Amino acid sequence: MLAFTLRRAIQALGVMIAVGIIAFAMFRFAGDPVNQIVSIDTAAAERAAIRKSLGLDDPVIVQFGRYFADAAQFKFGVSYQFRQPVTNLLMERMPATLELAICATIFAMVFGILMGVYSALHRDGLLAKAFQTISLIGISLPTFLIGILLIYLFSVTLGWLPSFGRGEVVRIGWWTTGLLTLSGLKALILPSITLGLFQMTLIMRLVRAEMLEVLRTDYIRFARARGLTTRAIHFGHALRNTLVPVITVAGLQFGSVIAFAIITETVFQWPGMGLLFVQAVHNVDIPIMAAYLMMVSLIFVAINFVVDILYTVVDPRLRSTVSRPA
Amino acid sequence: MSETVAEPNAEERPSHGTTHPGLFARLIDSDLVHSFRRSRLTMLAALVTLLFFLLAIFAPLLAVQNPFDPAQLQLMNSRIAPLWTADGQSPFLLGTDEQGRDVFSAILYGLRISLAVGVLGVIFSGVLGILLGLIAGYFGGAVDSLIMRIADVQLSFPAILIALLINGVVKSVLGNKLDAASMLGVLVLAIGLSFWVQYARTVRGSVMVEKNKDYVAAAQLIGLPAAVIMLRHVLPNTTGPIFVIATINLALAVITEATLSFLGSGMPETMPSLGTLIRIGNNYLFAGEWWIVTFPGVALAVLILSINLLGDWLRDALNPKLR
Amino acid sequence: MSARQILLAATLASIVAFPLSPAASQTLRYANQGDLKSLDPYTLKETTTIAHHGHVYDGLVARDKDLKIVPALAESWETLNPTQWRFHLRKGVKFHNGDPFTAEDVIFSAERVRAKGSNFLSNVPADAKFVKVDDYTVDVMLDSPNPILISQWDSWYIMDKKWCEQNNAVAPTPASATTPSYAALHENGTGRFIIDSHQPGVKTVYKANPNWWGKSEHNLKEIIFTPIASDATRVAALLSGEVDVIEPVPIQDIQRVNSSGTAAVQTGPELRTIFLGMDQVRDELLYSNVKGKNPFKDIRVREAFYKAIDIELIKGRVMRGLSTPSALMIAPPLFPLAKDFTRQKFDPDAAKKLLTEAGYPDGFEVTMDCPNDRYVNDAAICQAVVGMLARIGVKVDLLAQPKAQYFAKVLKPGGYQTSFYLLGWTPASSDSHNVLHDILGCRDDAKDPTRGEGNLGGYCNKKVDVLTDKILVESDTAKRDQMIKEAFQIIIDDYGYIPLHQQALAWGVSKKVKLSQRADNQVLLYWATKQE
Repeated sequence: MLAFTLRRAIQALGVMIAVGIIAFAMFRFAGDPVNQIVSIDTAAAERAAIRKSLGLDDPVIVQFGRYFADAAQFKFGVSYQFRQPVTNLLMERMPATLELAICATIFAMVFGILMGVYSALHRDGLLAKAFQTISLIGISLPTFLIGILLIYLFSVTLGWLPSFGRGEVVRIGWWTTGLLTLSGLKALILPSITLGLFQMTLIMRLVRAEMLEVLRTDYIRFARARGLTTRAIHFGHALRNTLVPVITVAGLQFGSVIAFAIITETVFQWPGMGLLFVQAVHNVDIPIMAAYLMMVSLIFVAINFVVDILYTVVDPRLRSTVSRPA
Repeated sequence: MSETVAEPNAEERPSHGTTHPGLFARLIDSDLVHSFRRSRLTMLAALVTLLFFLLAIFAPLLAVQNPFDPAQLQLMNSRIAPLWTADGQSPFLLGTDEQGRDVFSAILYGLRISLAVGVLGVIFSGVLGILLGLIAGYFGGAVDSLIMRIADVQLSFPAILIALLINGVVKSVLGNKLDAASMLGVLVLAIGLSFWVQYARTVRGSVMVEKNKDYVAAAQLIGLPAAVIMLRHVLPNTTGPIFVIATINLALAVITEATLSFLGSGMPETMPSLGTLIRIGNNYLFAGEWWIVTFPGVALAVLILSINLLGDWLRDALNPKLR
Repeated sequence: MSARQILLAATLASIVAFPLSPAASQTLRYANQGDLKSLDPYTLKETTTIAHHGHVYDGLVARDKDLKIVPALAESWETLNPTQWRFHLRKGVKFHNGDPFTAEDVIFSAERVRAKGSNFLSNVPADAKFVKVDDYTVDVMLDSPNPILISQWDSWYIMDKKWCEQNNAVAPTPASATTPSYAALHENGTGRFIIDSHQPGVKTVYKANPNWWGKSEHNLKEIIFTPIASDATRVAALLSGEVDVIEPVPIQDIQRVNSSGTAAVQTGPELRTIFLGMDQVRDELLYSNVKGKNPFKDIRVREAFYKAIDIELIKGRVMRGLSTPSALMIAPPLFPLAKDFTRQKFDPDAAKKLLTEAGYPDGFEVTMDCPNDRYVNDAAICQAVVGMLARIGVKVDLLAQPKAQYFAKVLKPGGYQTSFYLLGWTPASSDSHNVLHDILGCRDDAKDPTRGEGNLGGYCNKKVDVLTDKILVESDTAKRDQMIKEAFQIIIDDYGYIPLHQQALAWGVSKKVKLSQRADNQVLLYWATKQE
């Protein structure tokens, strides 16, 4: 077990190094940061000086070494656009993204499970058909179209909900939250739905499939034979059995949700890490792009690592194989 | 969007087509066709998908102009409302955009791009994924470990992020030599490299099961090269699941292309895909020129919906457990 | 500095903030496409940033609502002789931290703005020597006469010497700084507003300064600024009342905003001139199918391009009426004799004939570079131009890119990296000399890297350069204007550039807010009043 954990840890480290190389290589060759820093009427000599001071003239290997040494200490340099340490910028934006991702996940879990259970129990009911349709729309409409549609409907036409930003936020230590104010809560609704719709679809389909499967097992048949009420069977046994895979998937998907927030945050101008990343891409802000990639990779690798270990603890059979459902 | 649509059962799937080599063929003969006939929705979806492909293929015959040729666009004809409204003008059925581009023609040509990128992307990712899956499964050991670790990492990133990055890298390396047509190639590459993992995992799983079987050992004994064994004997057993993945991935590839174009990293305005049309049109939504975004948006949604319905049905049909 | 220290500083700043005067009671919310990038007023020369800094800092002079130079921290000034100017400073002015404003601060700021790392080097001439006469009088000595000495001083803001020294911020924060200096994260100006909190890319809060030396025209207690890059979101925010002022309003949304009943768009001509340029230096274009020669070296080809473009159609369809077609490379409000020029007529037949005469009866192919997020409808203008040129047989391959990639390509060191391009220019000095020197001057990077700095296609006529140098030192306005006119005429006759138009300003303003619009597109909310 220890050897297994160790091997996984080394592999995870290898992955991070690989991502680091990719991040560095990618962004080293993307655009010219100097043009983003200065305005158009800056002299060529001044531009050259800036290039030099940024170390962009050094051999690539030197730049890479410098980059890696810093990254290991969570130092990602200073943003070209904001002229502030990237770590600070990311930390400032992280609460917004995490809050959005958590709300989207909760939304997806609650509605996904409810709709999934319902459509498993009433397979041919009208409402179940409607849920199936919603789930199809959920995966068929690109995120940006859903966002535009919701804004047009609820912000512009009806004027019920805000179309951008986080509303009022309250600062608790280094964390900022929109959960404690009315405008903050209202601002969370549309982005959470947009971001969570896809996950909701996923969970709904998963719950439905798992429920159908569990309901068919002998274990449920025995329960029925023992004379338990339908309600007890459905919710006490069948649903409980489906929750393990559901929570696993939701957990694994959390990293995805964070990365997916890029699109949602762009549409809603949500001041999170995703929007920062998109702005950085447009402005060739290399330090932010690199840091974001490293940060997101770290989250992914960490989640995968933990899940791998947990799986092995729960089910020793898996020790010999690598695969697991994502 | 994310490749997880087909996921939760991905690990089990290989077993359906694999244990009995003839099963898949029999399914095609009876069950599959039967269930297809039974589902009117699926038939409709198939019809719509076919229609979209035909529209794309015969676009030059159906369009009133070539929206990619600036000489054919008249600025005078810009922002005309659809034909049935008070301000409509023949021959612009669905109206025109701010450059005088006929929206109907633009959708036809945009469909061409979206579908071309989708299909080529799926083929590219399929070939890549199958090859890597075969190699990983057959050789095992360090090769397997390396490929599957890469797959693991990549699978946890949404394809859109990967595509965005690949797209950005290629663009910055080739830089300004990129014209609109070669942008198409970049998108295919970006999408292909983002979607190979599922094929690889599925194929690998099935190869792992198959390679210990007697007939493979026998083939090895009579000295057949590894490549032949894999391609001729092992691969056919995975056709069913691969087909399901390919169908669902086609929808995902179309969405990914649209999203990239919407974010401004895809097809340029001079050669718009459906995503580009939506990005342009979105700017005119508040101005009351709703037709520029609405029709491409509807076309995109219906296209993806149809392909997804087909994919769903295919998966259920090939996976009797869910029925 | 850690996030916690910043937080601590921000908290302290809010505790020591001045009490609010009862009259100033409104909160104004403002959203712009661009962000406030640094609080150091010498870091970035960019309209949006300069406007932000103008709320918290003052210059020796300022520009009023009509862009006329008016006194600010300098109450008055006179030219003792053509090379010596005397400035009388305002007394009793205090910086936000309470430090008094004196001549020392002016001399310090003059050094700092011209020090290495400043992006405002050209605002204060390098040869100007600042000499303290007494605490409230400063003399400026010049090597040669300079009638436009103070033309860019409205964006040269005065900083507190003591504060900079205390906080180790004597040197300007260069745009490329790897560690932000104190002055990049904090401000200490003399201006009408005090920055209460600053979260780059997210939110900046200004509080009114009750101790400002002048008479405030606004009735605001605070301004909350949010950058919103997305056009659609910005407009939606204005329409739903989430913000009071937005800049810019995309021109296609102007009608909708005006018909909303809650907000209106203030439009006006902007000073920026949008134009097309052509590579006239290379012997063979980098991006064309014509080999062995450069078609743009032939004046007939340039004339043909000029005449093929129907600028009125672009105005009507692409710009929805919100542009002023331009005959000159400078906006008419900046040059009194501009009215003597008219733009040549659209004439595709003549254009076709010229191309044939030049030896291109079937046209040729060329790539056009165009930004797609820099100017109003820039990519749409380029597409329209591509269509118009297609009609005279020229096949243009359009490369429309975000400004980051666009500028990286066209501004690459060594030059002439584009064959055909669209660019916009606003003379920072509000004067023709800047255009003649930076855009229209012959480019010789080795000899004088500043001349022709924005002349990306390398158009060159020595006669223009000679006139430009005379214009710089000429003090007689009438004579000077005549020389400028002469220079512009040479460029027109050469078809050196194809001027297109001046785009329009479009600010979205809530009906509750009254706001003065200045033609240089600086959104100055200290002239705003808001009613409940």
